[in-house]
Amino acid sequence: MPVTVKIPSPLRTLTGGAATVDCAPGTVGDLIDQLDDSYPGFRDRVCQDGELRRFVNVFVAGEDVRFSDGIATVTTDGQEVTILPAVAGG
Amino acid sequence: MSTTEGHFGGCATALRCKECGHRTELVAAYVCEYCFGPLEVEYDRERLAATVSRERIARGPLNLWRYRDLLPCSPDDPSLGLSAGLTPLVRAPRLAQALGLKHVWVKNETANPTHSFKDRVVSVALEAAQRLGFSTVACASTGNLANAVAAHASALGLESYVFVPSNLEEQKIVATAVFDTTLLAVTGTYDDVNRLCGELAADRPWAFVNVNVRPYYSEGSKTLAYEVAEQLGWQCPDRCIVPIASGSLYTKIHAGYRDVVELGLADGQVPVLNGAQAEGCSPVAAAWSEDRQFVSPVVPDTIAKSLAIGNPADGVFALDTARQTGGSITSVTDDEIVDGIRLLAETTGIFTETAGGVTTAVLRKLADRGEIGVDERVVLYITGDGLKTLDAVAPYVGAIQIDAEVAAFEAATGTRVTDRIPAIA
Repeated sequence: MPVTVKIPSPLRTLTGGAATVDCAPGTVGDLIDQLDDSYPGFRDRVCQDGELRRFVNVFVAGEDVRFSDGIATVTTDGQEVTILPAVAGG
Repeated sequence: MSTTEGHFGGCATALRCKECGHRTELVAAYVCEYCFGPLEVEYDRERLAATVSRERIARGPLNLWRYRDLLPCSPDDPSLGLSAGLTPLVRAPRLAQALGLKHVWVKNETANPTHSFKDRVVSVALEAAQRLGFSTVACASTGNLANAVAAHASALGLESYVFVPSNLEEQKIVATAVFDTTLLAVTGTYDDVNRLCGELAADRPWAFVNVNVRPYYSEGSKTLAYEVAEQLGWQCPDRCIVPIASGSLYTKIHAGYRDVVELGLADGQVPVLNGAQAEGCSPVAAAWSEDRQFVSPVVPDTIAKSLAIGNPADGVFALDTARQTGGSITSVTDDEIVDGIRLLAETTGIFTETAGGVTTAVLRKLADRGEIGVDERVVLYITGDGLKTLDAVAPYVGAIQIDAEVAAFEAATGTRVTDRIPAIA
């Protein structure tokens, strides 16, 4: 089963409007590589110097990856990965 | 969306990314399309300088719309619905004395329509939401915002959806649900609620006040600086103690004082701004004390639920505010928060919710450490009402139970009739 990545609206201009994209399981970094292959420029939008940009949050199965291994966090079959801008709330 | 997009009519001109400077029109957006940095409202500073004056403000309505030239709204008085702002700035000589200081004021935000400062940000958010063509509003909230969104939406006849963490204080649940909103109690922390709302906001034509119209919403907090300066006779105080949850209030109070100084409205300089967090949710205070440039998220565990944001959106900007104003960010324990609530109540007659216990406890801590000059004019921001967080202090205070007899009263209080009748000349 693929990993389903939910794409935030600012990035849907890259994905041709797709709100979700299926990827092969791997680390969060692997998923971003796959997305960058399909949609060139994707990596630059979410990463800087090999790390997630400071205003980008990634959740694997609802858990903020900054609580686990960041971009090295492993995803498994059927999991949902959500990319969200950090600047909400309060 | 409606044809009114981008036409606010006042001095607000664009949304600008705080991270990379990229500009966009005044639309419902909260993140930079390129770098995901936060957007904030930009103003035509020259037009602002030519427009605002003490006299013009003094002629304005007795609520936050007196500062409307400095907000993203119409130059005409948008006063509709609930009237937020112009809350009392109370001199607190007994609190000052207890702390070894001379000049302390309490900015008493409990006096707002739904008893917290959130009435300010919601007023501005709903004004913007209507101008942007929305008829449904929503929010992710730790409680105070829930109260405010539900109430203001009812007052204006807007549909509303309010999302809160399911462990919220009962008082805040009831005081929100009464306004006939759709109230969703979400399993998880505020940060889970926030994530859900971020996802929902992407696909629905709703104005989430602290998501897609957040740049407008957060501007409302600047009025907490404008008002204090005006109430001090257009003087800046020397120091302010401000609570930090997302960091938005703290950074916008900073922006507000910068405005009044730069525009020549107030005398003096931007005050020292001390941020206050609860130790059980202190990601910004931890970053400050470790001299970090980034804020690591935490899982909150504190009685100060209105400040329980583990992944604060404006955390890094709060660090900038502390640095730029010569301030600091300090955390206090739950016990210190309860003591803070009681100290404020016993010396000022103001009953605050836990967030005000946090600011009061931080003021005490800074005073005890000798970090505040005795002659400094200090403003303590009390952002919400104690009736919303009764559980926090209920175990520590209470009534003396007695029978309806004089002897029982005297036994319980140790007073005698002779003590109590004044001599008649």
